[in-house]
Amino acid sequence: MGALLTPAFGTVFWASIAFLVVLMLLRRFAWGPILQALSDREETITGALDEAKKVRLEMAELASSNESQLKEARAERDRMLREAREMVDKMISEAKGKAKEEADKEVASAKDAIALERKAAIVELKAEVGTLSLEIAERLLRDQLKSTDEQQALVNRLIDESPLN
Amino acid sequence: MNRLILSLVVLVAFAVSSTGTVAVAQDHGHADHAEGADHDHAAHAEEADTDHAAHDHADGADHDHATHAEEADADHSGHDHADHAESKEFKAGDFIIHHIADAHDIHLFGDVHIPLPVILYIEGHGLKVFMSSALEGHGHGDRHYDASEGVSYTMHAEDVVDAEGVALASAGSISAAFNGQKLSVWDVSITKSVFGMLMILSIMIWMFGSIASQYKKNPGSAPKGMANALEPLILFIRDEIAKPSIGDKADKFMPFLLTSFFFIFFCNLLGLVPFLGGFNITGTIGVTIVLATLVFLLTNLNGNKHYWGHIMWPPGVPLPVKLILVPIEVFGIIMKPTVLMIRLTANISAGHIIILAFSSLIFIFGNGGEAIGAGTGMGVFSTLFMIFMYGLELLVAFLQAFVFTLLAAIYFGDATHEPAHH
Repeated sequence: MGALLTPAFGTVFWASIAFLVVLMLLRRFAWGPILQALSDREETITGALDEAKKVRLEMAELASSNESQLKEARAERDRMLREAREMVDKMISEAKGKAKEEADKEVASAKDAIALERKAAIVELKAEVGTLSLEIAERLLRDQLKSTDEQQALVNRLIDESPLN
Repeated sequence: MNRLILSLVVLVAFAVSSTGTVAVAQDHGHADHAEGADHDHAAHAEEADTDHAAHDHADGADHDHATHAEEADADHSGHDHADHAESKEFKAGDFIIHHIADAHDIHLFGDVHIPLPVILYIEGHGLKVFMSSALEGHGHGDRHYDASEGVSYTMHAEDVVDAEGVALASAGSISAAFNGQKLSVWDVSITKSVFGMLMILSIMIWMFGSIASQYKKNPGSAPKGMANALEPLILFIRDEIAKPSIGDKADKFMPFLLTSFFFIFFCNLLGLVPFLGGFNITGTIGVTIVLATLVFLLTNLNGNKHYWGHIMWPPGVPLPVKLILVPIEVFGIIMKPTVLMIRLTANISAGHIIILAFSSLIFIFGNGGEAIGAGTGMGVFSTLFMIFMYGLELLVAFLQAFVFTLLAAIYFGDATHEPAHH
């Protein structure tokens, strides 16, 4: 029983030497490098995580800026389209007005020309009708005054009708 | 392992019933002493008559110890019949103590022992080295070795006390004499515990050395193999024990904490491997006293002004209380590591004792082969209980290593903690 409770000299001797030697060896060749490697790796991982977080934030920022740019671009496009349409409308209406004016002018001048032509035609027709009437009258008279009697008769009648009396 | 224990129980029962001698039961790593119990009286006497016809009755002085008389069939002298009344009885206490105490050889099973080197420094004679197998008469009381230089060695089977009760030599120790003159001996033998300890420490160097080189070779990569298995424990000690207890100065103490944790843990586990000689390294007080001393030294050599101030002149306490408190605190400096030492030794030894006690119960209930039914029944019960105990001991193996390391870290933390409040 005594052997259990009394530390044996030999055991203490070997335990002190062996444990201290191993402690020194492990501290120099094992624990140092292992703990260093572990903390290095942890730093790497923490760094990588931070980096990832930063990148994610940047990505989010980029996405939101993209969004706003897109929105701006869209608005710009809408504005441009609207303006273009307005311009087109204006141009069309302007063109329409001009064309109408032109046409009206054209119609008016045509009307004038037609009226002039008609007047001329009427004048010509009148002259033609006069000539025609004279020819008809000439022929008629020639028929009626073929004989001397008839000429006499006419002279008579005409004398009769003249206001000489 | 469980199946082995079961089959051994069956073997013991069979041996008891068939032969009355238990040569077979010696296969049990822990059962060698139990044979004394299994010898029934008749068989014993018979053997003594046949094998020891010529033996010297007067030589009984070495053999008045029941537990060491188990190999009655062996060819050594010294069984007198008067001892048989005693030797019939199985002494569980001696059986257990023999197995948890340190020894000069590793007892595997039966008569198979691995001899270890005995290294003695004898004043006036210098360093003497011989293998423990040189000591003759294994397991039969005191063992002797007469070296050629005229020095004779005796390994005592029992504690030796003089007439006044003063201890002269403890069981298992080796004394030397020159021409009948007792010599002063410093025993620095590689005992069972020392051998186990050196083995564990070598394994640790190999293990952590190779892990370290793996980390160096592939920096920043995920751990593989052994590193993967041990890294959680290393991180556990760093993050759950050292950092919360010590704080910023944890790095300084990490090598000691890691080394002592793995040393204690592996030694505890080695002690649980059956048929390996029943190592009880962390249950050997000579080993734990060294660990405790290192904790003591590391704590007090690193103690800062704040630490010593709290011990020598506790602030904020009235003077009469100070007078009581200071001696307690001073006593505590030594008491804390002492408690660490005792806790570890006692816990590990207790686990071994319980398991051995339950194997002893088989032989006690068997009543030296007379009550086979009771022995077998107890064997089944003991086996089941031992399976449970082994499970518990695995937990304790980790827990005690953890507790030792944690408390050491707390003491280091107390010693180095910088006051924040005043």
